[in-house]
Amino acid sequence: MGRALGAPISQGAMKPILLTLPFLALLGSRGLSIGPATAAPGDEPGTVRGKAAFQGEAPRRRKVDMGSDPACHALHEAEPLRDESILVDDKGGLANVFVYVSKGIDGKFTPPTEPAVLDQKGCCYVPHVLGMQVGQKLVIRNSDPVTHNVHSFAKKNKAFNQSQQSGGKELEHVFDKEEVLMQIKCDIHGWMSTYVGVVEHPFFAVTRADGSFEIPKLPPGEYTLTAKHEALGTQKTTLTVAAGGTVETSFSFAEQ
Amino acid sequence: MSSSPAAPAAAPGRGLPALLAAAFVACALLVVLGVWTHGRMPALASRHGASIDAVIRYLLVATGILFLLGHGVLAFFVLRYAGAGERGSPHASARTEWRWALVPVLVMCVLSEGGVLIVGLPAFRQLYVDTPADPWVVEIVGKQFEWLVHYPGADGKFGESRAELVSDARNPLGLDKKDPNVADDVWTRGQLRLPVGRPVLIRLRALDVIHSFTVPEFRVKQDLIPGFLGRTQFEPTRAGKFEIACAELCGLGHYRMRGFIEVQEQSEVDAWLSDQDPAF
Amino acid sequence: MAERSGSGVLSAPAAHAGHAGAHPAPRGFLRRYVFSTDHKVIGLQYLVTAMLMALVGGGLAALIRVQVAWPTLAVVSPETYLSVVTMHGTIMVFFVVSLALVSGFGNFLIPLQIGARDMAYPLLNALSYWTIVPGCLLMLLAFFVEGGAAAAGWTAYPPLSALAEAVPGSGLGQTLWLLAMALFIASFTMGGLNYITTILNCRAKGMTLMRMPLSVWMFFVSAVLGVLAFPPLTAAALMLLGDRHLGTSFFLPGGLVFGEEVLAHEGGTPLLFQHLFWFLGHPEVYVIVLPAVGIAFDVIAAHARRPPFGYRISVWATLLIAFLSMIVWGHHMYVSGMNPLVGEYFSIATVSITAPFSVLGINLIASLWRAKIRFTTAMVFALGIISVIGTGGLGGLYLGTSTSDIYFHDSYFVVGHFHLMIGVVTLMGTFAACYHWFPKMFGRLMDERLGKLHFWLTYVPMMAVFVLMHYQGLSGMLRRYYDHSMYAFQAEGIELARVISYFAFAAIAGQLVFLVNFSWSALRGRKASENPWEATSMEWNTASPAPHGNFADDPVARRGPYEYAPPGSRQDFAPQWTA
Repeated sequence: MGRALGAPISQGAMKPILLTLPFLALLGSRGLSIGPATAAPGDEPGTVRGKAAFQGEAPRRRKVDMGSDPACHALHEAEPLRDESILVDDKGGLANVFVYVSKGIDGKFTPPTEPAVLDQKGCCYVPHVLGMQVGQKLVIRNSDPVTHNVHSFAKKNKAFNQSQQSGGKELEHVFDKEEVLMQIKCDIHGWMSTYVGVVEHPFFAVTRADGSFEIPKLPPGEYTLTAKHEALGTQKTTLTVAAGGTVETSFSFAEQ
Repeated sequence: MSSSPAAPAAAPGRGLPALLAAAFVACALLVVLGVWTHGRMPALASRHGASIDAVIRYLLVATGILFLLGHGVLAFFVLRYAGAGERGSPHASARTEWRWALVPVLVMCVLSEGGVLIVGLPAFRQLYVDTPADPWVVEIVGKQFEWLVHYPGADGKFGESRAELVSDARNPLGLDKKDPNVADDVWTRGQLRLPVGRPVLIRLRALDVIHSFTVPEFRVKQDLIPGFLGRTQFEPTRAGKFEIACAELCGLGHYRMRGFIEVQEQSEVDAWLSDQDPAF
Repeated sequence: MAERSGSGVLSAPAAHAGHAGAHPAPRGFLRRYVFSTDHKVIGLQYLVTAMLMALVGGGLAALIRVQVAWPTLAVVSPETYLSVVTMHGTIMVFFVVSLALVSGFGNFLIPLQIGARDMAYPLLNALSYWTIVPGCLLMLLAFFVEGGAAAAGWTAYPPLSALAEAVPGSGLGQTLWLLAMALFIASFTMGGLNYITTILNCRAKGMTLMRMPLSVWMFFVSAVLGVLAFPPLTAAALMLLGDRHLGTSFFLPGGLVFGEEVLAHEGGTPLLFQHLFWFLGHPEVYVIVLPAVGIAFDVIAAHARRPPFGYRISVWATLLIAFLSMIVWGHHMYVSGMNPLVGEYFSIATVSITAPFSVLGINLIASLWRAKIRFTTAMVFALGIISVIGTGGLGGLYLGTSTSDIYFHDSYFVVGHFHLMIGVVTLMGTFAACYHWFPKMFGRLMDERLGKLHFWLTYVPMMAVFVLMHYQGLSGMLRRYYDHSMYAFQAEGIELARVISYFAFAAIAGQLVFLVNFSWSALRGRKASENPWEATSMEWNTASPAPHGNFADDPVARRGPYEYAPPGSRQDFAPQWTA
């Protein structure tokens, strides 16, 4: 899956530009048509790197109560699963934030041929947040011993709601519109939710356990970078990526 | 107009009437015997349920008798009046006809209204009208496809919930963290613990579509209608484990909307509750 | 007795001018058989349409039986199962039973039995049929749209039926369902108005109301009920469409949450829909059951060679039933949380219907007293109806009594009960009517041996299926479950479900015997005389099959409809039209 890095800039309000290298802005004509930006000479792509942090004391992670389905409960007999909604590491890094370039990219990008995969394993979605491209295939499989239903609450794309037996046929979907953080859930097991970010280009990332992310191969230019967390809302920032350069940025979330 | 000589319909001997009569009798006997030997309800576990069972038993006996009687007469007539032959005028006087209208009217009025009012009303009262003393109060929230059980905690007060706060994984009830009553509230997914021998009062509401809370052993069934705060009350009479099922079609997981009840001594329930994760 | 030469429904004898309802015989295939305004052709069109829909409804029934009895096979997915259940119910109630019995035989019989040449409004009649055709097509189309056919049950309770988020079938499938239902209601209302007008205004000379056969009486009462009860459902359907597509909130309260989002709807209540639905839904039961009872009376009189016991009392009892049926709809909602006092009222009113209904039952049985029964296929079906009404009717007491309904509500007991009443009684009424009036349709008789086989393959397995469902209900098994196996109190019932399924397959196979018999006999059956059953009512006063315009001369009713074994006469029967 094409994961890209972008060059984000500072956070939120303080956008005073610690712009990076000067040249970039001009080299206007950016990539188009097929594939990510074709680099013109002197136009090698840059990278955005950053971190999402949680402000304040991390909320307690409740045990996931799977008692309503004994078959699921049995999968976690030894150690109960804990809620994955707000995952903060000991340094305050916030995982599972979906970060993507929301402004500044033109042109069309061929979706990767390899599908994005969503698995249901241990009565839990893996991954918890999934990024994928418009036109890319989403494959949903059920590795659990129980029946699930896969219910997407897409607002811009076509919603769906299908049951999937244990080991049942893989479900496949393709989304044709950008939609960031579409909830997909299992109604049978109320604790199971996953959030999918569908964007039109490959410049997105999901923060890792330590809150870090990286969007590479971003053509030089000025961008708006948006970070969205399922429970903690949205943050935006603008930044400029210079050819071959790396931009550092960070996002900060707090409980509302 | 004269009749055609041989109606194509002429009776085919005695075979068919006998077979028909036998079928009607067999049907009646099999049904009644079947109920007698195989008709079983899940073992009763609530106080008011005894009155519901009384109504059902009453109806089984009353309708059983009518059922046997009706099929018996039908079978007899079929056999007796098969084919041609002399048997007197079939015309009944208006008086006879009225008399035979009055009989079923009287019988059915007494039998069916008696069932509703005399046998049925007591259970209805216990279930809907009487105010239980010192009840164990719980809230059950129906949601595709789960029974969320909400315990008010030590203060006996339910914390406020708001639809906007609903988060499927973290806060499916939409409890308001700022409400002081929430602090000691406990919620579970489909785990309902009830004290034995104490009246239970359950508040019922639904978040999305209609569900129906039913526990056959308790003889309880009550819809959860979105937009309404419903209730049901009963008193578990024996300890044990029971299942909650949904009786109103609520979507593709309707058949999997299962909850679990454990009826225990009050002290055990309290101990279990104090062991649960708080809401926040 | 000489056969008259008219070749009837499928022929075009000379026009009969100068009589209300008469119109020249149509020429050309299309006008005669397709866009006909002849009530007999239209009646047959309804009947054939219903048979085609029954193939679909029966196929769905088989699917249901496979799924519930062998859940591990998972022949369908849970969401498809709900569509299957929903469509089976809708198709069977509205597009099979209502069409075949009420629209089909109502059309065919009413003018013939009251001595009219056609319906009061033949064109409206044709329009009514041609409204139901797109209704059927829309209903079937729903299987092929995204999300599948409607899946909220034949009762279509919102919010489930109102929101696409709630269940896949509540997408386009539910919209098509609502549109198809609207067409059905429009068609049925046109038909009902036509029946009422025809019966009140187009009766032959001498055909007083109390000289009408009980079947016509029951069609009349059924039409009045239909016309009164259907408009609220139309309103409900339109309101539901509004909630689905126009952002109204008739049935949707505030605070509904789907996918962590609060819907914008506010201020409505789902219970309003239930009231509107059952205000139709309950009378609808009588709309389709009463004609079957009327047909049973007619058929029993003709084949038992004696007048029905208590003709007048039956008429009055029927009117009383009709009245009561309009004020008891709430018994479908005992556990919805309605005020217990209201529930008690509905309960008292509901079980009071058993009084007039048992009068009808007694009168049916007593119509055999001192009879000379001819065991034709039509007759054995009519006898079967008595048995089934008794069985299903008594089961109704458990559900009408509010206290026991708490236990039985939405269990298989309900499924068994209403299938007996609005499924088996009505189907057997339709079959009795087919075997009895076949001569008037095609001028031929249906095969009696296949007919008897059909009877046994209907009565025995269908009784077994639905009586056994009462046992399942008693044991607590709940309806509309895709798989009962995970519940301790329901899992045992699966074994019984298999037995039921075997009987159900036999019952379905039995109906194929009927289809074969019907089609074969229509073409090759034994030719029938004008009055092969030696019956007395007016429809037998014409050729078999009945010609266009129905009667050669303007018929006159000179006596009651059931003068069998007339007192003081040595005749076996005195037809209505004879002096």
